[in-house]
Amino acid sequence: MLRHVSSRGMAHLHTDSSHMLEYFNFRIIWEYMPLFMEGLYHTAWISLVGIIGSLIVGMVACACRISGIKLLAAPAVVFIEVIRSTPLLAQLYFLYFGLPSLGIQVNELTTGIVALSFNSGAYVAEILRAGIKGIPAGQVEAAMGQGFNVYQRFFYVILPQALANTLPPMLGQAIVLVKDSAVLSLISVMELTRAGQMLNSERFMPSEAFLTVAVLYLLVYYVLKGLTKFYQMRMTRFRSA
Amino acid sequence: MWGFYFDQLMNSMPMFYKGMGVTVAISALSLVGGTIIGVITGILRSNKGTFMSRILSIYVDFMRGTPFLIQLFIIFFILPEFGLQMEALTAAVVSLTLYAGSYICEIVSASIQAVPSGQEEACRSLGHTRNQAMILVVLPQALRMALPALVGQYVLLIKDSSIVSVIGLTDITRAGWLTVQRVPEGIMVFGLVGILYFVVCYPLIQLSNILEKKFSTGEMKL
Repeated sequence: MLRHVSSRGMAHLHTDSSHMLEYFNFRIIWEYMPLFMEGLYHTAWISLVGIIGSLIVGMVACACRISGIKLLAAPAVVFIEVIRSTPLLAQLYFLYFGLPSLGIQVNELTTGIVALSFNSGAYVAEILRAGIKGIPAGQVEAAMGQGFNVYQRFFYVILPQALANTLPPMLGQAIVLVKDSAVLSLISVMELTRAGQMLNSERFMPSEAFLTVAVLYLLVYYVLKGLTKFYQMRMTRFRSA
Repeated sequence: MWGFYFDQLMNSMPMFYKGMGVTVAISALSLVGGTIIGVITGILRSNKGTFMSRILSIYVDFMRGTPFLIQLFIIFFILPEFGLQMEALTAAVVSLTLYAGSYICEIVSASIQAVPSGQEEACRSLGHTRNQAMILVVLPQALRMALPALVGQYVLLIKDSSIVSVIGLTDITRAGWLTVQRVPEGIMVFGLVGILYFVVCYPLIQLSNILEKKFSTGEMKL
């Protein structure tokens, strides 16, 4: 397929000499494979750290929001609404340019992971809240009957069930996070997109660079999508049994 | 010092207003385009198992499986190699439209499938054709169901439009980026950027919440 596309590129070569594409250069892709793999590796672990971070942020924000204590709930609502109505890129720049003016010096990588965690955390909080809403009230009442206090009710009774209910949307959020981590390349964090940009700026080969990167992202996407499907299948079987 | 920077920031307000105009314009254009593409492809994709639906699933998977940044690079940097040079504005609108279209396609096709099949059968048994059943009976119900998710998608579209700032369009984000080079007060500058996005997005989020309460079916999980 790619050869077909490049032959069209060739056709343009005759009409306009500014188009440099001769053929889809697999040799360059192979030569740069270590760089792509390094980028993929960084994307994977940045995403993993981001997912863990967003789970922590999301749980805290959700717990505050549903705690019924106004002093905790109000900031949580503001946090969630502000994050959800501003773009990740603006949040990233806010931290990247804002932290130094507060006198906090951290590297780009930390800034990026913090931004990802807080951004995704707001969505995780909402997913969790929806999951908690789905838990029958009897569960909480039973826990109250056992004499559990509010923290025990939340961490031992509500949260485990909510996590099980919300795994499919959580995996969806994980996919979003992996894709969002591409934005980190804009503050020059080394990850998959950055690897593509490096190849593009060194050799001026955008097709090779960005199509390879796209294929690698798709690979991650299909793994996560397959995981979601598998889990949903298992859940429906479990529920109907 | 903050007062001094604040004055400087106020001086660059016109750029922010312009940026807001650009953000709203490209969002609106790609919102319309994305909805048109999304509804058409969504209808085609709701017929599971057909050739068309398989082709569309490649499109949808590609758009949903790769970051928008990469899609933008592909359109802005690769298409010129094939002789299709685009201005930054065109490239931004085209990529945002295709991106939004894929998500709207999923929303629409899921809601069409959520309409009970008895509705179409009843319509067919009254002697209507397949197309009539789709347009007169299924689609109105499906779109009504899809509305909250659709508005939510528009919010995502406005936010994702911030990424087009990297190809040099002066939208809100790039206005902030340009300003922060002169006014080294990131919290203030990007606080303003955040407020401007909030002004655009928050009413839509509230609308989506209201619609969700109004049309909630308990069925839709998107």
